[in-house]
Amino acid sequence: MAAEQVGIAGSPSAEAWPAAIELRGIDKSFGAVHANKNVDLTIAKGSIHGIIGENGAGKSTLMSILYGFYTADSGEILINGKPVRIHGSHDAIAAGIGMVHQHFMLVEPFTVLENVMLGAEGGALLRAGAGKARAELQRLARDYGLNVDPDAHIADLPVGEQQRVEILKALFRHCEILVLDEPTGVLTPQETGQLFQILRALNARGVTIVLITHKLREILAITDTVSVMRQGEMVATLPTKEATREHLAELMVGRKVRLELDKTKALPGAVRLSVRNLTVIDGKGVKRVDSVGFDLRAGEILGIAGVSGNGQSELLEALSGIRPLSSGGIKLCDLEVSPDTPCGPAEVREHGLAHVPEDRLRLGVVTAFPAWESFVLGYHGDDEYNGRILMDREAMTNACGKLMERFDVRPRDPQLRCGSFSGGNQQKLILAREIARQPKVLVVGQPTRGVDIGAIEFIHRQLLALRDAGCAILLVSVELDEVMSLSDRILVMFQGRIVGEVDGDAADERTLGLMMANAHAQAEDAA
Amino acid sequence: MSGAPQVALPRWVDIGLMPVINLVQALLVAGLVVLVIGVNPIDAMRIMAWGAVYDSVAISYTLYYATDFVFTGLAVAVAFHAGLFNIGGEGQAYVAGLGATLAILLLDGYLPGILLIPIGLIAAMVFGAGWALVPAYLQAYRGSHIVITTIMFNFIAASLMVYVASDLLRAPGDMLPSSREFAPAAYLPHVHDLAALLGFQMHSTPLNLSILWAAACCVFVWVFIWRTRWGYAIRAVGLSPKAAVYAGISPKGVIMVAMCLSGALAAGVALNQIIGYHHRLLLDFVAGAGFTGIAVALMGRNHPVGIVLSAILFGALYQGGAELAFEIPTITRDMIVAMQGLVILFSGALAYMNRPWIARLYAMFDRRAVLAEAA
Repeated sequence: MAAEQVGIAGSPSAEAWPAAIELRGIDKSFGAVHANKNVDLTIAKGSIHGIIGENGAGKSTLMSILYGFYTADSGEILINGKPVRIHGSHDAIAAGIGMVHQHFMLVEPFTVLENVMLGAEGGALLRAGAGKARAELQRLARDYGLNVDPDAHIADLPVGEQQRVEILKALFRHCEILVLDEPTGVLTPQETGQLFQILRALNARGVTIVLITHKLREILAITDTVSVMRQGEMVATLPTKEATREHLAELMVGRKVRLELDKTKALPGAVRLSVRNLTVIDGKGVKRVDSVGFDLRAGEILGIAGVSGNGQSELLEALSGIRPLSSGGIKLCDLEVSPDTPCGPAEVREHGLAHVPEDRLRLGVVTAFPAWESFVLGYHGDDEYNGRILMDREAMTNACGKLMERFDVRPRDPQLRCGSFSGGNQQKLILAREIARQPKVLVVGQPTRGVDIGAIEFIHRQLLALRDAGCAILLVSVELDEVMSLSDRILVMFQGRIVGEVDGDAADERTLGLMMANAHAQAEDAA
Repeated sequence: MSGAPQVALPRWVDIGLMPVINLVQALLVAGLVVLVIGVNPIDAMRIMAWGAVYDSVAISYTLYYATDFVFTGLAVAVAFHAGLFNIGGEGQAYVAGLGATLAILLLDGYLPGILLIPIGLIAAMVFGAGWALVPAYLQAYRGSHIVITTIMFNFIAASLMVYVASDLLRAPGDMLPSSREFAPAAYLPHVHDLAALLGFQMHSTPLNLSILWAAACCVFVWVFIWRTRWGYAIRAVGLSPKAAVYAGISPKGVIMVAMCLSGALAAGVALNQIIGYHHRLLLDFVAGAGFTGIAVALMGRNHPVGIVLSAILFGALYQGGAELAFEIPTITRDMIVAMQGLVILFSGALAYMNRPWIARLYAMFDRRAVLAEAA
């Protein structure tokens, strides 16, 4: 693999100061998995540096080594030109590195102030430290626009503000280098905009920022320099202004990728799934889905957009029979479901609803099963796979092998443990299983979460082909691009309710983003 | 990639090498203990190993003990495949003994052995399953943790049996807290009796035909767990409850079925001890086999083949231990229990202690797993 080194050595900043971070020959294996292969990376002081790559390319491993979660097998780390040994997060913090993880590391019942102080209390008694921390938080809020109420409890804060607390934690520990791992996964487009403003403000005051993401658009929007990783190797580093989406995608995947879909006009037919006043209340008494209603027709893709955690998961679970309804009703072809006539997943499936679940690893497959066993999950009672008492192994393995072929699941080995397949291949396996029976309705959650670009392309084409074959598809995704490019109609969910409907062709990111934050209704309330 | 991926080890390392290493570690520590009390550990080990196999009597005793451990090991394994840790094999086997006894006391005046023994076994299984079903129900429908409830049910079973044996079933005038002896028709034939019928001379030992039932149970468990849709459902619930629900499998139903089966398997101990050997209900006839079953299942990796092998190992440990206590007076019965405890500790509780370094060693020699990961 020829590494493309469009060096940044010529840029003035790199000559004037030593690099903020320099990684030399970092190598790391987990058992037999070679996660980082001799990685070199130079991050110029005061720059915003993007690291892009597909899932499993080794980005997070590299940053975990920098932050001391793992120790590299070989290679060295230089911070501000000086070699350092990082054995744990305390060493990283001492070296001026702060990290904002993809999944926040916050104590939910604690307040913002308590979370910021955690691990840096400044003495046995909290009082003196708390006073100093409060003053420091006020300063940071003033300087960088990082406004958060220090006495609010984390659990009560929206995700965007929780993320700010993570950034505050890093700044409170005097970090000069801030690493953010997939920071925008849980944010609305507007919140992403605010985050980028904060990052620019930090950058303007000399904080070096490392942004890890798989979203090409964000890299192009904010970084100065971008590095691309593929299969554990650093394949290119180039100034962002010389990069294009197509070029970066090609570097990430290692071949040309088509980012645009050819989509014909939908020809909607009869209503297959009709939802009326659907309400779901969870075990804690919280209303997760609130009076939702829509019709889904044969031959169309209905997209549901929304920030993660606004009731989409519960809606999917209610539709597929996993979660009981609290009120309202669902009509699936000729099956009526209501709180008085509940239907489990098996019955719903029998009536022609297939479900590709959001949580692939926990719901979609049993990771410890070989592929063929997961392949019959949900259909394990079918006559096709069963004798009178014993299951027909050969029938199951053959069926699995055949569909692995058709859906290009790699490696094509029905005996391999499900957990050993990559995310994209697991997803193809699930999709193959669910599509194989030609369902009348397909309910899909986050079809491409954690899936590599090549597989995304494949999965999207399969969904469109299924639509054209007359299947009614409900698509739930937090990736706005995905919803927009696939859907014929788009509903937006906010706090369990449907707050807007947009025609697929007419949708634009700004309108949807405002709906996702429910800005429209809030503006009305204010007026 | 958010965490270090777990390295998959080949089966021979997982189910072959690791238990052997556990066993060696246990014996090393046991050897130290023996050394401390002034006995040559090599001699002790030799007596113990030899004592388990030196002639047909020793082997018969070893197998007789092993039979119990197969039943309780299978009971633990079936529950384990459903994700349940059934600590209650002891109590389930104990109560099963009551079922067998009641059925036989009621009928041994009227029926021939060919009917009595199966009826006794079925009654034992029903009682064992019933005793397991209460904790199962509490787990499935009330969320009480099965580890806690099955432990408590062992104590309840012990108290119940004391009451039944000393107050209800004790023959008038008998000083022992036990039922009356069964009619000989209800005796499960001994292996030495059968050998005599076939013209072989064998010493009299407690080894009886329940060993065939144990073998049948092993085959049944293997077929049921790995070859039927019900076993599929059980494994799906055990490995990933959410995926099972997604697939339309009811975890509640699976918990009930698996525990029921678990209790019925544990009932085999009643066949071996009550119908096969004592021919009456005795207090504490299970004698810890239920707990040993946990170690047997862990060491046997919850697979019938592994369970048979580790049950024979534990049987040998019991028989060899008895020989050792007999041969070397400074080693008491309690010392033997301590040594057995060490084996249970290393192969049960610490079964996966060695996994990290074995995995690291293995990875150094084998990089083939990369292919699976990268593809």
